[in-house]
Amino acid sequence: MMTTTTPVKAEARNLSFFYNGGNHALKGVNMPLYENKITALIGPSGCGKSTFLRCFNRMHDLYPGNKYEGQIVMHPDNTNILEKSVDPIEVRMRISMVFQKPNPFPKSIYENVAYGLRVRGENNKRMLDDKVEEALKGAALWNEVKDRQQDLAFNLSGGQQQRLCIARALATDPEIMLFDEPTSALDPIATANIEELMSELKNKLTILVVTHNMQQAARVSDYTAYMYLGELMEYGDTDTIFTRPTRKETEDYITGKFG
Amino acid sequence: MQSEHIFKQYDAELEAVRAKVLEMGSLVEQQIVDALESLVTSNPRLSESVIKRDHLVNALEVQIDEDCSHIIARRQPTAGDLRMILMMIKTITDLERIGDEAAKVARFAQKTFETDRMWTPRFAEIKAMANLAREMLHMSLDAFARSDATKVLAIAQMDEQVDDQYQMTIRHLITFMLEDPRAISMSLEVLFVSKAIERIGDHAKNISEYVVYMVKGKDVRHISMEEMEQEASRP
Repeated sequence: MMTTTTPVKAEARNLSFFYNGGNHALKGVNMPLYENKITALIGPSGCGKSTFLRCFNRMHDLYPGNKYEGQIVMHPDNTNILEKSVDPIEVRMRISMVFQKPNPFPKSIYENVAYGLRVRGENNKRMLDDKVEEALKGAALWNEVKDRQQDLAFNLSGGQQQRLCIARALATDPEIMLFDEPTSALDPIATANIEELMSELKNKLTILVVTHNMQQAARVSDYTAYMYLGELMEYGDTDTIFTRPTRKETEDYITGKFG
Repeated sequence: MQSEHIFKQYDAELEAVRAKVLEMGSLVEQQIVDALESLVTSNPRLSESVIKRDHLVNALEVQIDEDCSHIIARRQPTAGDLRMILMMIKTITDLERIGDEAAKVARFAQKTFETDRMWTPRFAEIKAMANLAREMLHMSLDAFARSDATKVLAIAQMDEQVDDQYQMTIRHLITFMLEDPRAISMSLEVLFVSKAIERIGDHAKNISEYVVYMVKGKDVRHISMEEMEQEASRP
């Protein structure tokens, strides 16, 4: 389907997922994530896009009875991150996540960003200072908070809190960053800031974003996947999906004719 | 493109613009018919009315352009909707140019009545070519109305015929002018009118190509006849 030679950072191979209780939420999804690209997942509520995203950092492990089938292989080391023997904590260092609502810890700005590194056992003050600064700069927040890093994170605005969460996710030098509707709680300016930030971040890492906002998918992503009822219906470069999708289902969804 | 938008108002807006494009199309078609009729039958009233109606064509172009930009700004159309909007914006440019060509023909017609002429030009010679060009426009508009991407090949073939006839007319006129220098001014008038008709054919062909883009998302402009045949055979 795709004629690109862009290297693949990770790929889902025949990935199925069952929630505890038997809900078959993903049905044999095969999908590559291209390195240093932004891939957007779109689809109606309940189509499995968030479920798919969460597989990438083993979030579903938090509840017993959930079951994966198939693989998510990360390159270049060919690790199947769904393998029982692979430590979820290790996966989350490599693949970090930013959620819909900013969820800073009830700590200082500094400690929020340093948290992941401390979990990793890093206690060297100089090292932490440097890493926190780097992450805050990477999240385009440094200039706004550099003089008040010890302030409580909750004192920041919503958009700043979301960027703080991105800084926190960046601090562990992840290879992939997952965004689950990262701007649905933000105003248009804060949204534009996050989108701008995402397009900066893709130079360093690979991004997978779930969004309900189709225009956002069109604006930020390089590739777009349309999911419906747990299946990957269509996947292609964003320009093609938004101008001449091949499937009627995709066309109906993105033109607002769904249903 | 049969299914409806969840937001019904969007459907209404798209349909309203589409109807206006078709209205503009039929107006332009009538302009060609009347302009040629006035020429062949030496009917000054008819040519007068063609010239007078040209501003209606222009006004529709402006109106449709504005409607399209409103839809783009408010609805952010995608996929088939986007292609239809783009297609309409381009189509009305071609329609407006066809309108200009028709008005040009009508003005030539007027000139032939005004002056004390030795010869009445023989516009009958280009009537076949004119009918072909008008039929091309009719088919293109019909293809747009029905979202039919299959007509493009036939229209492209007709355009080749129009071009051939245009070349033939030129050769014919040159012979005329060589034979009798008094025929030069009349021959040039016929030449200008044939040129206008040939352009109408080109614009009509453009419209049929936009229809393919709208329906299939394929850009078939500036491709060879062979490629066009291949494309037409694909679903």
